[in-house]
Amino acid sequence: MSSNVELENLNIRFGDFHAVKNINLNIRDGEFFSFLGPSGCGKTTILRAVSGFNDPSDGQIRIGGEDMLGYGPNERPTALVFQNLALFPLMSVAENISFSLKVRGVSKAQRRKKADELLDMIALSGQGDKLPSELSGGQRQRVAIARALAVEPKVLLLDEPLSALDLKLREHMRVELRRIQQKVGITFIYITHDQGEALTMSDRIAVMSHGVMQQVGTAQEVYDNPATPFVASFVGENNSIYGTVTRLENGYAQIKTCFGELTGRNEQNLAVGDFATLFIRPQNLSLMADEPFENIIETRVNDQVFEGEFEHLHLVGDRRNLVVSLVNDGNIPAFEKGALISVGFKSECAVVLPAGDMAYE
Amino acid sequence: MNNYLLPLASLIGAALVIVLLVVYQRSSLATSTGFGRFLRRNGIVVSCYLILSLIGWLFFMIILPQLYMVDFSFSQNLPPSKIGGPEDVYTTQNYEYLLFGPQGGEESFNWLHLKIFLRTIIAAVVVTIIDLAICYPVAYYMAQVASSGRLRLLALCLLLPFWVNEILRAFAFRILFGSGGVMNSVLMWLGLTDQPVDFIRADVALYSGLSYAYLLLMIFPLYNAIESLDHNQIEAAKDLGCSWWRVHFEVVMPFAKPGIASGSTMVFMLSCGALAAPQILGGPSSLWFTQIIYQWFNTGGNWPQGAAYAFVLLLVCIIFVMAVMKLFKVSFGEIVK
Repeated sequence: MSSNVELENLNIRFGDFHAVKNINLNIRDGEFFSFLGPSGCGKTTILRAVSGFNDPSDGQIRIGGEDMLGYGPNERPTALVFQNLALFPLMSVAENISFSLKVRGVSKAQRRKKADELLDMIALSGQGDKLPSELSGGQRQRVAIARALAVEPKVLLLDEPLSALDLKLREHMRVELRRIQQKVGITFIYITHDQGEALTMSDRIAVMSHGVMQQVGTAQEVYDNPATPFVASFVGENNSIYGTVTRLENGYAQIKTCFGELTGRNEQNLAVGDFATLFIRPQNLSLMADEPFENIIETRVNDQVFEGEFEHLHLVGDRRNLVVSLVNDGNIPAFEKGALISVGFKSECAVVLPAGDMAYE
Repeated sequence: MNNYLLPLASLIGAALVIVLLVVYQRSSLATSTGFGRFLRRNGIVVSCYLILSLIGWLFFMIILPQLYMVDFSFSQNLPPSKIGGPEDVYTTQNYEYLLFGPQGGEESFNWLHLKIFLRTIIAAVVVTIIDLAICYPVAYYMAQVASSGRLRLLALCLLLPFWVNEILRAFAFRILFGSGGVMNSVLMWLGLTDQPVDFIRADVALYSGLSYAYLLLMIFPLYNAIESLDHNQIEAAKDLGCSWWRVHFEVVMPFAKPGIASGSTMVFMLSCGALAAPQILGGPSSLWFTQIIYQWFNTGGNWPQGAAYAFVLLLVCIIFVMAVMKLFKVSFGEIVK
């Protein structure tokens, strides 16, 4: 049986606050789907609505084609992994994992068997009799996931489960989560404000802002072809340059900016005279060497920051600041503060979008 | 013994101060650990005050009076002229009396008093259960559901009635449950009964009064325990398939066990030892064990006998509480947390 999750005209209001605005989405069976957005964008509200902790004000949530309205959290084919994990502190790890089976009246021997299976899967064999407090953060994390999987849910919902872990462990757990998802083959809905997590793990990502779904697509689509200024500025680093569209040609738009005329891809059908923003990623800006670029920006160096793999040049223009990221091949020249330099980019690397709300400003 | 008590106490106090001074002299903040460090950190005056007041409180307020009572309970009930005389020897007759009754009596056991004793314990257990049943939902609501404004209002509503003193409250209950009281008037007006119900004789007034009197002692430990439960755990239990009552039995109650234990202990102990409520609200045929103790001390004028009775009550209550805690696997340390 299919276990896709359909959100149809989903609206959720808390009093006057419109937390989730008109979401239409079909999350496919067996998909690793992420909601990505800053805090307060409504992503957790959607997750709680899918798991049954709050009801939609309007619209429908269907799982496997069945409307979920009127079903409590304990009656839905979903399981939730909480942000703070919410493991039961007084129960052993095995009891935690098999708790849902106990509630369903499964015999003790079978419960233990299932718990051991799941402990094997999360690489914690033989640790079933410990208390959650005796495990490390990453281990507790995996126990919480195993506990949710014990019910054999059709949909696993994860509410920023990695946010409490340190960086290295978080990166390790991304791989681990993806492995678990592929092994059990069920739908994962993952909530995060960390674009790195969303980009590395997800089949598809929905970028949210202020209760509105800005864009849905694969990691590449969202990163390479952002649909709105919000997505362009939230997912990955981006330089933004404002201007007015002056010329259209073969799917490209030329805009007049404080750095002169610049050209980028026109994916959103802008017309001449529209206010627009051109986005160019720091790593797509290059120092002027031999290569002739279509777009050239002349500006001054403000700062040069070393970061290992990359070196970042912070540039100041008349009105806009830019960042250029250079791959650290050992040949990056040292610039004096205030030195005038030229950087360039190819038009196909830049995207021109209608002016609108940005993620940070 | 009385004549030596004061000089003895001053002597012990003086000796203690000297010991403290010596320890203080030999300690230093940097190198000492434990007691020496405590002295150095607080200074000698504050340290002496803290230690002496603690010892004074423990000794004079708790240990000494109880020792007197133990001493009494093993003494003969003699007129003042014979105290210290040849007849003043220790005896277990006061304890024997509770078990076997007067020497040469008709029955082999003192059934009258033993039954009252047992009934008091059982009634106190019932009062504890009633309070637990009333307070758990209230405490849960206050701790996990209510908004902070609602919580303050509720706490105020719970606290205010306890400004009314015990005697007034007991008599008010008597009026409430009396044959011409509000309860009976309402029942008769509703046509549920044509004769007034004797709530006093049926002990309804007594149980209501006692349960009401110790309500707060149950609510606040429960509230404290449930309040520290992460709300996500309740949601996690629901999400994993628990119906609402299972959430309580599997997650909330085990977590709140120390609170339940400490509330129950207090309510049970105080119910066992209550005097005013049983005196005023008890039916004519239901005597509370404390009333018998009171009679020994007061009207009976037999302090040794009263002391023995009171001690048996105290010991049995402690043993009972320990046994119940053992049964529910609560450790003593958890209760006082």
